[in-house]
Amino acid sequence: MKAVYINSVGSISSQKTFDNSSFLDEIISYDDNIILAVDPNYKDYISPANSRRMAKGVKMGVVASKIALNEANLDTVDAIITGTGMGCLKDSKKFLSAIIDNDEQFLTPTSFIQSTHNTVGGQIALGLQCKGYNFTYVHASISFESAVLDAKLMLENNEANTVLVGGVDEIEDYTCSLHKLVNHIKKEKVNSTDLLYSKTEGAVFSEGANFFVLSNLKQDSSYAQIVAISTYNTLKTNITDVANTFLKENNLNIEAIDLLVLGNNGDVTYDRFYNELSSGIFENTQQVYYKHLCGEFNTASSFGVWLASKILKTQKLPEAVKLNDIQGSNYKTILLYNQYRGENHSFTLLRRC
Amino acid sequence: MSKGIAITGMGIISSIGNNVEENYRSLIEGKTGISRISKIKTLHKDHIMVGEIAFTNQELEQQIGLTPDNNYSRTALLGVTAAKQAIQNAGISNINKYKTGLISATSVGGMDKTEAYYHDYFENKATQKYIAGHHAGDSTQKIAEQLGIEQSLVTTISTACSSAANAIMLGARLIKSGQLDRVIVGGSDCLSKFTINGFKTLMILSDTYNTPFDENRKGLNLGEAAAFLVLESDKVVQTESKTVLAYVKGYGNANDAYHQTASSENGDGATLAMQKALKVAELSSSDIDYINAHGTATGNNDLSEGQAILRVFDKGVPDFSSTKAYTGHTLAAAGAIEAVYSVLALQNNVVYPNLNFKTQMKEFSMTPQLELKEKELHTVLSNSLGFGGNCSTIIFSKKQ
Repeated sequence: MKAVYINSVGSISSQKTFDNSSFLDEIISYDDNIILAVDPNYKDYISPANSRRMAKGVKMGVVASKIALNEANLDTVDAIITGTGMGCLKDSKKFLSAIIDNDEQFLTPTSFIQSTHNTVGGQIALGLQCKGYNFTYVHASISFESAVLDAKLMLENNEANTVLVGGVDEIEDYTCSLHKLVNHIKKEKVNSTDLLYSKTEGAVFSEGANFFVLSNLKQDSSYAQIVAISTYNTLKTNITDVANTFLKENNLNIEAIDLLVLGNNGDVTYDRFYNELSSGIFENTQQVYYKHLCGEFNTASSFGVWLASKILKTQKLPEAVKLNDIQGSNYKTILLYNQYRGENHSFTLLRRC
Repeated sequence: MSKGIAITGMGIISSIGNNVEENYRSLIEGKTGISRISKIKTLHKDHIMVGEIAFTNQELEQQIGLTPDNNYSRTALLGVTAAKQAIQNAGISNINKYKTGLISATSVGGMDKTEAYYHDYFENKATQKYIAGHHAGDSTQKIAEQLGIEQSLVTTISTACSSAANAIMLGARLIKSGQLDRVIVGGSDCLSKFTINGFKTLMILSDTYNTPFDENRKGLNLGEAAAFLVLESDKVVQTESKTVLAYVKGYGNANDAYHQTASSENGDGATLAMQKALKVAELSSSDIDYINAHGTATGNNDLSEGQAILRVFDKGVPDFSSTKAYTGHTLAAAGAIEAVYSVLALQNNVVYPNLNFKTQMKEFSMTPQLELKEKELHTVLSNSLGFGGNCSTIIFSKKQ
């Protein structure tokens, strides 16, 4: 079985992450319950004609993938695998509201065409003229992890040598108003630095796109090796048992983990899964979190992988992401854990290469 | 030879039957499930025809044994119904005895509830339970719960009309690589105003019975359905002395990279998908005995797919037919529906007739199978092609 590497990254988030030469040098702090991604100059990457047709999610996906391809010095890839929890919300909403408000009359197909979950994957393929394998995963908070798992399977078995993998989700007003009704979005505005101390229900919603070129061929620019990834629809027992089993399957003990990257989103009901690990078996491990920087969305964990990749490559750890006081220096092995509302848990194991 | 992955169980609910036996009977009797729409109030009711499942949501809820406070979309109800049949058919009593995953496919997800309660959500608290059920992964989570699959690999694919074929493909790869011992794969999609109006604006909905591969085809009929297959490793098959229904022998996925919704005239994507599937199966095109075509009966699909078939089967096109005239186009579920039909074809050695065909297409001379044909079948190739250029092919075989 071949090893799988992260050869490049491309990130669009509510931080200025689209420039690969910097690494959270300046942190944008928010005081809100819904935050948006910082736009790169889309015109640098997409023609104005194409850009006009694309909703923000598609634009973010296409541009993040181009940033990743540029860094890997590739024109195309063997496969494109996308994860998106909610899909193309803006165009779905546009078409749905037109159906309802106009009683199924006077409709145009444009927003319907752009509304399918695989629009981002399809548009990337179209732009690259990439006729290879093309999948889109849409399973809530493991949409991105499913894409990585699939890519890893392909690369390990030499079904492909380069795979573009990414997670993308966009903010849309109507959907947010529904999520506010059921308290999935926090009622109150929260300052980024206070996120984990809010003691209230719900999360701060956001959007973003994080794309990566994965390959079974290491290159000078490689960030990390993806050692293992596992997803779990539910928990039978508790997350500690699952973590222990995952480490054992990879012949590792807790001491081998140099850094734990957690997906805490400040939801008083569900952060207990993270807290169980951070104050339990990983109590003596250095820990970081990131959703105060990028917000919560179904593929926010792809920002976590971006963060871990940057830490492994630069061996620098931004002050703003520190969750505990333990100081590390030589970052070799990073474990990531994420879940959303108690379901769809995932562990990802990265190693310095 | 490349080894196939064993299929040990199947379940299905569609407009031509509520289980595998009923579906098969309709197929061989040439009985269509296409009718006027009755369960969705739509302005287009007199101008479209659909493949609608007879059961109401309440009836499905009762059959599954759900309490009234459930928040199941129709996609979830259909999916659970078909997946439970598949488990039963595979004779599985203890689902967690082996490392078992679930891969489902959907395009509509919980859209039926969102469109029904679009404004009500803000006024009627009782409807708000459906909000969390909108996303595509929700029906899959519910199917996993109903099957008792815990702490496992459970995911959802949405690549438009090729989705379920891709679920089968991923499932086969996960078993091949040893990551899972058993995986339930398939898809579910219900009818919705969203898809009816979407395809209507694209002007590819027929106002009458759809006619695949006919020169005068007027477009597709939408359908609703769910189907699931149980794939098991050789180890499980041997240990449990399982009856194998057929094998997933080959699979191929490619992108047409031509247009967001239309297929290229030469069918590049479909050609590549079929070629890749043959390569994985280590078969040549002459080994294929029957093609269950995607054949949606739109002008674009049947021409593009037809050209692709001619390119791949340049030494002679085997018997082929589309079963869309029976079920309508069941979108993300189609690949699983037609996988069940392909396995039934292998088991019973029959080629289903392509209903409603009258006039030969002028672009090529190949004609679909028009009568029920009995012949020994060894391999069946099934195509699923979708928006976003997604093209998928699965090859099923009698022998491993």
